[in-house]
Amino acid sequence: MVDYNWPEASKRDLIGARIERLDGPLKSTGAAKYPSDIKRSGMLYGRILTCPHAHARIRSIDVSKAKAMPGVVTVHVIQQAGAEIRWAHDEVVFLAAESEEMAADALGAIDVDYEVLPHYVTEGDRDAAPETKPGREREAGEPDQAMAAAAVKVERTLSIPMINHSCLEPHGQLAEWNGDELTVWASTQAVSTIGVGFAEPMEVPASNVRVQTQFMGGGFGSKFDVDRWGVEGARLARLAERPVRLFLDRDHELAVAGSRPSAHATIQAGADREGNLVSWISDSWGTGGLPGTGTTPLPYVLQPPNRRTKHTSVPTNFAGSKAWRAPNHPQAAFLSMSIFEDLAAELEMDPLEFFRKNLGLARGELGKTYDEELGTAADLMQWSANWKPRGSETGVVRRGLGLSIHQWGGRGHRSNCEVKVHPDGAVELFMGTQDLGTGTRTVVAMVLAETFGLALAEVKVHIGDSRYPQSGPSGGSSTVGGVSSSTRRAAQDALAAVFAKVAPDLGVEPDALEARGGRVFVGADPAKSMSWSEAASRLGAVPLSASGRNPGPGKLNDGGVGGAQMADVSVDIETGIVKINRMVAVQDIGLVVNHKLAESQMFGALIMGVSSALYEERIVDPISGRLLNANMEFYKLAGLGDVGEFKVHLMTGPGYDERGVIGIGEPPVISPVAAIGNAVANAIGVRVTAAPFTPDRVLAALGGAA
Amino acid sequence: MGIKQGRRRSRAGVSRRDFLKGGAAGAVATGVLPGAAGAVAEADAVAGTDVVGPGKVAVRLTVNGAAHEARVEPRVTLLDALRERLDITGAKKVCDRATCGACTVLLDGRPAYACSVLAIEAQGVEITTVEGLGTPEEMHPIQAAFVANDAQQCGYCTPGFVVACKAFLDANPDPTLAEIEAGLGGNLCRCGTYNGIKQVLLTTRPLKAQTKGA
Repeated sequence: MVDYNWPEASKRDLIGARIERLDGPLKSTGAAKYPSDIKRSGMLYGRILTCPHAHARIRSIDVSKAKAMPGVVTVHVIQQAGAEIRWAHDEVVFLAAESEEMAADALGAIDVDYEVLPHYVTEGDRDAAPETKPGREREAGEPDQAMAAAAVKVERTLSIPMINHSCLEPHGQLAEWNGDELTVWASTQAVSTIGVGFAEPMEVPASNVRVQTQFMGGGFGSKFDVDRWGVEGARLARLAERPVRLFLDRDHELAVAGSRPSAHATIQAGADREGNLVSWISDSWGTGGLPGTGTTPLPYVLQPPNRRTKHTSVPTNFAGSKAWRAPNHPQAAFLSMSIFEDLAAELEMDPLEFFRKNLGLARGELGKTYDEELGTAADLMQWSANWKPRGSETGVVRRGLGLSIHQWGGRGHRSNCEVKVHPDGAVELFMGTQDLGTGTRTVVAMVLAETFGLALAEVKVHIGDSRYPQSGPSGGSSTVGGVSSSTRRAAQDALAAVFAKVAPDLGVEPDALEARGGRVFVGADPAKSMSWSEAASRLGAVPLSASGRNPGPGKLNDGGVGGAQMADVSVDIETGIVKINRMVAVQDIGLVVNHKLAESQMFGALIMGVSSALYEERIVDPISGRLLNANMEFYKLAGLGDVGEFKVHLMTGPGYDERGVIGIGEPPVISPVAAIGNAVANAIGVRVTAAPFTPDRVLAALGGAA
Repeated sequence: MGIKQGRRRSRAGVSRRDFLKGGAAGAVATGVLPGAAGAVAEADAVAGTDVVGPGKVAVRLTVNGAAHEARVEPRVTLLDALRERLDITGAKKVCDRATCGACTVLLDGRPAYACSVLAIEAQGVEITTVEGLGTPEEMHPIQAAFVANDAQQCGYCTPGFVVACKAFLDANPDPTLAEIEAGLGGNLCRCGTYNGIKQVLLTTRPLKAQTKGA
């Protein structure tokens, strides 16, 4: 019986090291082919006519002129006269033409007559909503009595808006039929699972659908589904009997293909004179478009003993939101950490001390982790030397510090793989996973090579094809735990089979053998050895095959992480401009497989967090119900000069490594808005109650204080 | 087509500059506005003035040192011509309106957004895309620095950033951090690779002598 485990620290050659991503040279030279780059023989270009109104009924639709235009091959109306459309940029007609220009011309030749209907897009004004879906009230302890008895209290209404995923490669795919077999090159986070989403509407068995994704240009939670453009793209290809490439135009992408829900809340919280949190009462609401939104997890991380929460979902005339990197957590962190920091300010207490005092209110056993992480973050930020009480800065440019803590799961998802060991010693692995740019391909290769004691270049990893053993979608920070565990189990099984073959020759039992440095040797007597290729040659002519899976035996991955972040900002009180000076992020993720790539995830999360703290917001015209900034000029992303300096730190060593592998994609993106908001309040002495912290909001907050 | 030949403006194309020069020289008697059919027809009759379109016209593009010919409508951008006619897909189509920089290429060594240059305008200049700087086997020092500093995640913005970094370092071989932050403001990344890109520009400085001309 193989004992599935990770090698102890002294026997790790690759795991935990700083290894360059294997596909880096392909990406930096333009050689990497993304689904949107692929061209097939006879390929047509798909384009989509969308509805300009937030709520409308189609009176009539005429595609005859478009059909007659040169180069137009297929026109497919998916919403006919009489259809009710309930968000702007909903799809009405799909067409395919010989060139993008011909397709664009054809879109312009379609006549649609709409009856415009009333819409609702301003969920901040909840009272005006035609429909709300109140959630269940949850209560613990005696919130009203505790609030009445609290020595200090804060009450505020805070807001954080809907924002967009804004993937640089838009949603879409290239679809090609061969008889009733469909191949799809999709920009997806879910190679193994989206096939059935094409199969059902196309009325072919799922086994007839092959999905391929070697590279994809960003997902962040918005690319788990086939979506309507997937189904209709495949349909166009079948109707035209030619391959069709269909990727969304940028305005369509920003309007409907990925957004995260808003969150608003009126919150009261109380603490005793010593700074112990005692009570919390919140009435929260938000929208994620027409389906409304899930519950914002309030209060976040710290659970005061007396609390009552109620969350109301508010449907609006937008397309449904999608999972956005740590769904609902960044919003909850902003709403909660702002209130906690305000309480500390009311108590005239250093928020670092306030948070540490209340860590016992964190769920599970994370209190100790947070304490260590806050200590490390405080050292990196030189918090005690730099922090000043709220509002004590004077002058035009005022500096402040803020902090936040967060929590996430990250346990490994379901994953299967097959490892082959060839008689010449060549090793390869097949797995239907995907690399979103997180480094999945590299991490799998590292675990594979580490297990066989080979160099990274000596193993081959094949991913991104639904014909390989199925592996889960990349969501919930679950990929690295899943793929590293299934890889390790398959590789350990294969290695055990090789050991069983060569043990008699080396005169020991198989479990006395080890593999490292390209050799198989007796652990207690390394001189007794043979080369890896010689060992593999004992397998005979047929390659050895071993399958691995997750979950499975042995504790190789885990879930449940903390994390602490601190922000250092400067605010110009004349212009209202917030500038990030420094951000510090400290994160636990169990055993770190690749330090370099894990840090890249943290840097990336901080940058995305800065962007959402300072710039990102869907600006909607209440009159027309349309998104006014469905473009990259006015849907602002932070640029290279906007983000400040970062220090990131991963908790490793005893107490962390033995947990096994845990994902990192999401946790570090949760805290930035909260930490930056607290730093702004610390700098200017007043709370900016709505994110992003734009100059107009900063100046309004300062004006209110004057 | 040799490089010297390539620098000569093709007769088939017309640049905005040539068009305006023609007008300024008095060759066009009346006001000529693009899209005004009558005026265009009149201009067509004037010796020395090329009017192209609206149908497909032949374009000759010199990309990464190689000559290419294609027939495109005059409205086709350089980016679409590269990606869809020549299958040179390093430059990416993201915003398609000169905001994000994912389509950055060099025109005679100067950075340009290929989404906002017409293919017919790009004739007679040396076009360099990310593929022209190096290959996976033989990377340009800047490309190698992108790998070493993990200045890429999903990689969709990377080709544009690599080209922008090349142009920036050619013009500013020894930049300060403040110059880097201002100079690379024309490219956007969503995964958040700016930290690595700053390191690329800071650490590639000692290698500047090795950087090959485009």
